[in-house]
Amino acid sequence: MTNRSHIFIAAALAFVANATQAIEYNAVQADKSAITFTSKQMGVPVQGRFPKFSARVAFDPAKPDAAKVEISIDLAAIDAGSKDANDEVVGKQWFNVKVFPTASFTSSTVKAAGAGRYEVTGPLTIKGKSSPLTASFGFKAEGDNGIFDGGFTLKRIDFAIGEGPWADLSTVANEIQVNFRVVAAAAAVATASATKSK
Amino acid sequence: MNAPRYTGVAIGLHWLIGLAILVSLSVGLYMVDLSLSPTKLRLYSWHKWAGVTIFSLVLIRCIWRITHPAPPLPESMPLWQRVVAEGTHYVLYALMIAIPLTGWLMSSAKGFQTVYFGVLPIPDLLNKNTELGETLNLVHRYLNYLMIAIIGAHIGAALKHHFIDKDDILRRMLPTVRR
Repeated sequence: MTNRSHIFIAAALAFVANATQAIEYNAVQADKSAITFTSKQMGVPVQGRFPKFSARVAFDPAKPDAAKVEISIDLAAIDAGSKDANDEVVGKQWFNVKVFPTASFTSSTVKAAGAGRYEVTGPLTIKGKSSPLTASFGFKAEGDNGIFDGGFTLKRIDFAIGEGPWADLSTVANEIQVNFRVVAAAAAVATASATKSK
Repeated sequence: MNAPRYTGVAIGLHWLIGLAILVSLSVGLYMVDLSLSPTKLRLYSWHKWAGVTIFSLVLIRCIWRITHPAPPLPESMPLWQRVVAEGTHYVLYALMIAIPLTGWLMSSAKGFQTVYFGVLPIPDLLNKNTELGETLNLVHRYLNYLMIAIIGAHIGAALKHHFIDKDDILRRMLPTVRR
């Protein structure tokens, strides 16, 4: 073996070592991810979802404190459970999507909260109003994918979602349960580590 | 005038269910064309609760009717009238069962569970299926149109018996007035 090939093998080993040390899940699989919600109308739970959103995630289960999450939801695409509701909730009294087309969340802290559980905090912005949010989520790795499953309860009045006659909480309850499932592959990590090892 | 009468329970159920049907039917006809508002959501819920109540009362009424036969029709009535009267009553009972059932199934298919008085969830027999929901909506609607026609005939016949034939058909279903 030549010296050159020794160097090559050493570099390759360094690459493998780095790649196994730090696994960062950061390539979001939009088709496998979902943001759903349950509202309550006259005591009746109604399922809805946000079919269009973009998410950026950087998460290493070994270093949750360094994790970053950014989510942006296209509100006009909302499915609130029925055609009537879909037509209504994009309007002025609800999300007012013409003026405020997206809802967004950016993490400020992520911390471990027991076996496989984590807690993310950060400002949630909807309809021009920001409010601090804490959401709890579980993480598990499945093959190359990391799966984040979590949720939180949103109080719609905090964001003026439903004004005028809809501010009445006896028909549509204040509490909206929001659940998310984000699937992110550990794809781009190796490149990042390999660059560092040079 | 000691013509045979319906039992007190049968009379009570008849008028209670009759009134409930008229109210629920009117609310139903009114609410469907409203644009979405808290009022509409409230009316829909009340309508569904009324439907569950009516359905339960009708079940009790069916059991009562089976165990306590109706008084015989007056002998003055021609055969064709007896046949029509009997047929009409079967249709009325069938509609009183089928209308709440189709309403409940439609609600499930549209993705809205029925929660009795906002407290007691009634299981969904159907999963959400918008197309099926629309079909059931039509079925529910046309069964109600049929119901309106049959109720019209029912009331018309009762009044005709009372004021024209001057027989006991209506009186035997009226609450007793002590003299």
